[in-house]
Amino acid sequence: MNTDARRQALTLSLLERAPLWQAAQVRAVRFAHGHTDDAAAATRMADDYRLLAHDLARVRALLPDTRTREYLEGAYARAHATLHHGAWHLGSALLTLLRDELPAVVRGLVPYILWSTVIFVLAVTGGYALIQRYPELIALFASPDLIASVERGQLWTEGLLNIVPSSVLSVQILTNNIVVSLVAYCTGFLFGLGTLYILGLNGLMLGAVFAFAGQHGLGLQLFSFIVAHGCVEISVMCLSSAAGTAVGEALIRPGDAGRIESFRGAALRSGTLLIACALLLAGAGVIEGYVSPNPRFALPARITIGVGYWCFMVTLLTGWLWGRRARRTRAS
Amino acid sequence: MSSASPELSVDSVTGIDVSLPVAGPGARAYAFLIDWHLRTILALAWYAGAELIYNARLSLAPPVTVDGRWFGAVLAPALAIYFLYHYVLELAMRGSTPGKRMAGVRLVTRDGSAPSAGALLVRNVFRLIDSLPLFYGIGLITAMTTREHVRIGDMAAGTLLVYESATATLPAAMGAAGPAARPDPRGAELIAELLGRWDALAPEARVRLARQLLARYGADATVTDAAATEATLHAQLLRLTGRPPERRP
Repeated sequence: MNTDARRQALTLSLLERAPLWQAAQVRAVRFAHGHTDDAAAATRMADDYRLLAHDLARVRALLPDTRTREYLEGAYARAHATLHHGAWHLGSALLTLLRDELPAVVRGLVPYILWSTVIFVLAVTGGYALIQRYPELIALFASPDLIASVERGQLWTEGLLNIVPSSVLSVQILTNNIVVSLVAYCTGFLFGLGTLYILGLNGLMLGAVFAFAGQHGLGLQLFSFIVAHGCVEISVMCLSSAAGTAVGEALIRPGDAGRIESFRGAALRSGTLLIACALLLAGAGVIEGYVSPNPRFALPARITIGVGYWCFMVTLLTGWLWGRRARRTRAS
Repeated sequence: MSSASPELSVDSVTGIDVSLPVAGPGARAYAFLIDWHLRTILALAWYAGAELIYNARLSLAPPVTVDGRWFGAVLAPALAIYFLYHYVLELAMRGSTPGKRMAGVRLVTRDGSAPSAGALLVRNVFRLIDSLPLFYGIGLITAMTTREHVRIGDMAAGTLLVYESATATLPAAMGAAGPAARPDPRGAELIAELLGRWDALAPEARVRLARQLLARYGADATVTDAAATEATLHAQLLRLTGRPPERRP
């Protein structure tokens, strides 16, 4: 048999298998959507995968640049993804993210979290010392309205609920905080400098405003306003900055993997933390909208809420909320 | 499928690598534009509908003082639709959106699988950088200049936009060729393609193509002459693929 005749015979026998490819494609789609999970169907899926691989190899040689090849490439890619990654469910994906991936990410970011916290504390101290020594510099950190209000002996937060409803306030605060956290993370792309700038500026502002309020006898009132939501809000600021500095360091010191690979790895690992940050900020926003400006909440209640929510954050980030530590201990 | 476009090649246990053609800036921009219009229309539709219900009259004017009910029912959902459109849909549709689907592309990770929730979040968060300074300037430049046509969000999340070849269809007559068929492999594919698209083509075009193919692959002289009808040409093509003739109007 000459070469052309052999190729023709091979092609025609190959094309006769099209119904098998279509059936395999249908089964892969069913599997990918989790519509079936019995063992016989799974075995069939593995057989389909081998069949598609075999036929694709022949089609690549016999029928390159054809719709048949395009179809088989797609069917094979789908079968590969289905077999190697299984069915996907939104609920279980989120649960895995919060229960398994998040604590692992936080463990990996501990040095960055500590350094971010140190930088933030230094910035707060610096801002406080600066305004204690040069009170007129408060204009660098606070708006004229805020300065005028404090100079009148009144916190700008007083009567806030008379102007804006709690629900609106919560969402506005949540949006603002999430944007600040995301920007702190993203600007890590600028070799970490953007993150450090945002972290430092927020620290300086907090310290400066505290010093300014303290000079006008409003320090305790400001603390009372901040404590309920601030414990978590400030921690989240440090967490997102830690994620941003990890991204920045990956770009500065990429190691053997190369700069883009290193950036990708750091961004993916630390980015998981942002989901937790957004969830925690949602809670902090509710507290800041409903509890912090409400004068009916006494200081002890505010401290209890703030510390309690902070403890919840720690249990979420470490995995204790899901009993991860207990499980590891039992296993060991 | 362009042979010049880069491909994502994933190793497989079968020894046959999975090959996914990477989408270029054109397909990316096309998908984005469709999605942008969709999310804008959806957000505006929500705003307009909710505002009309809230005002209880034919007016889209917002209230003079912001109240929680208006904010929660009118403004916040519209903003959420606009800003969370990509993340929520990519998560729910496993790396796709209506725009990507219409452009025939989808998101995959470097091992060919659908991106995780974390990867999609990172990809969308980096829109803050990609959208600078205006109209996705940085994203567009990086997509045009990088080998795999990725923007910074894709670099960070390890994702690629690939052509969705799973939507490709087999030519209709494929798989039924019998021993009597004579065309070579390329001819078999072309005939199957023509038969698959027969009804979609203009009558003159399908007659011309059928004559060319039949002349090339050794059909009877009677069916290639000028008097041969469309039905005869179709039947002859079917015979070449080994399928029985169909009754056609």
